[in-house]
Amino acid sequence: MKVLGIETSCDETGVAVYDTEAGLLSQTLHSQIDLHAVYGGVVPELASRDHIRRLPLLVRQALRDAGLAIGAIDAIAYTAGPGLAGALLVGASVAEAMAMAAGIPALPIHHLEGHLLSPLLAADPPSFPFVALLVSGGHTQLMAVTGVGEYELLGESLDDAAGEAFDKTAKLIGLGYPGGPQLAALAEKGVTGRFRLPRPMLHSGDLDFSFSGLKTAVLNVVSGPGWQPDRAADLAADFQLAVVEVLTAKALAALKQTGLKSLVVAGGVGANAQLRSGLNSATRRRGARVYYPEPSLCTDNGAMIAFAGALRLAGGARPQTVPGIRIRPRWPLAELCSPGGE
Amino acid sequence: MKLLSLETSCEHASIALNLDGAIEDRQIDGHNNHSENILRIIHALLADAGVTPAALDGIAFGSGPGAFTGLRLSCGIAQGFALGAGIGVVPVCSLDALALQSALSRILVATDARMGEIYCRSYALEDGHLSALSDAACASPDTLPLPDGQWYGIGSAFEAYPALRSRLGSRLTGCDAHAVPRAREVALLAAEAVERGELLSAELATPLYVRDKVALTTAERLARGGKA
Repeated sequence: MKVLGIETSCDETGVAVYDTEAGLLSQTLHSQIDLHAVYGGVVPELASRDHIRRLPLLVRQALRDAGLAIGAIDAIAYTAGPGLAGALLVGASVAEAMAMAAGIPALPIHHLEGHLLSPLLAADPPSFPFVALLVSGGHTQLMAVTGVGEYELLGESLDDAAGEAFDKTAKLIGLGYPGGPQLAALAEKGVTGRFRLPRPMLHSGDLDFSFSGLKTAVLNVVSGPGWQPDRAADLAADFQLAVVEVLTAKALAALKQTGLKSLVVAGGVGANAQLRSGLNSATRRRGARVYYPEPSLCTDNGAMIAFAGALRLAGGARPQTVPGIRIRPRWPLAELCSPGGE
Repeated sequence: MKLLSLETSCEHASIALNLDGAIEDRQIDGHNNHSENILRIIHALLADAGVTPAALDGIAFGSGPGAFTGLRLSCGIAQGFALGAGIGVVPVCSLDALALQSALSRILVATDARMGEIYCRSYALEDGHLSALSDAACASPDTLPLPDGQWYGIGSAFEAYPALRSRLGSRLTGCDAHAVPRAREVALLAAEAVERGELLSAELATPLYVRDKVALTTAERLARGGKA
């Protein structure tokens, strides 16, 4: 079974073809980072405009790279939410209309389900059940995953997402957009232990997160009287250490609480080297193992959407029979059902 | 020639099927967002006519200007439908479709662009042939460049902006402020475009926004005394 996947929930346009027999056949991606950089953040209207300008060509490229005509595709999966409404609508309109015209089913997919299943596409995949840590610019969540569509929310950020905290802190230090990766690069040149930053909710006793206070602590440092801009690298290092310590401690607590031995990390922040190093050593000490998606699948992409669609179809999902464009910009992951239970 | 057309640039949306000049259309009213129902109505219209997607010569859409999300809804459906059925796309300016509703020869189309502005374009209609006399423009009713001579006005801006009527004064020979762009005229204009060889592949079909400045860059915000 061959599934075409389309992702347009934020600032990346991704298309891919996944085959349940042969694996990932093709993947195309366009990032809008350069488009939004001069605005200091994602401008939703410009994101939508770029998606609709690029999506048809990316679809054609993905089909050509896979060596397939549209008639050889069995289903089209697309991100229906959560995300920017206008951006989601572009992918949903193209996907649903293409499916209707080709006479094949369309499957609305939850963006975070795509992310948390993406490590299953790796050469050495985890098996169910596992704990998933979703860390991106939009989300920070811990989930217990027992199967496709079986997700229990264990804890989440009560304010900023981890990636959002990275971006906002980078802005405070004077770095460009998107600041997260730049902040992480700067932190590599710094020395930790120079600044005393809080570890928000480290001892809260639950699995929730809070990162806005950490950002405020950085603001207090850089707006204080003794601030020297040449110490930005040290401040970045201490900020990153605080985030990594909190994420690591809560992920371990989630493993302990659930009694599970596998941790899956997904989302853009999952590419952070310090986070990976912290999680790797901490889980090894506990006899647990941590799994990551391939680096190319850490950002938003069409492959994870095609893959999630294929798993759902293989699991017995029955696509809607009445054609319609249905997006859910706000869509709690825990509301998903297993494929057979729809 | 068989063409399907969509027009969702304002709150009154419609779709139409042009079968060798015979037009069958459907209204999609009562919703600010037409996305939930439009595919079901397209499906039913094609089924009722016994036309399969691949039997169409192309799919046309009102490309705007109009509500941005509505323009992308039609454009996205047209792109996807074209990719799925292996057919071409025809973008038709929504102001052109509105002008074709007039029976008079000199037409000034002006629609409400919100934010105190108007989308505007002037036309000549001779022997049923519509030709645009200007590019589609977006400006405030006070600064909009108005062409000389007498005009029949059509479009929502004639009700939304009394200043437009008073600037034209007696040069406005008549007016229909309640007309909206329709898929019926999009389908007629699309057929002419196809005959001229203007069928596009899906990746070349884009909305016509006209209003292109939608956000301030960081540098522009700082220059205006704002924050980074």
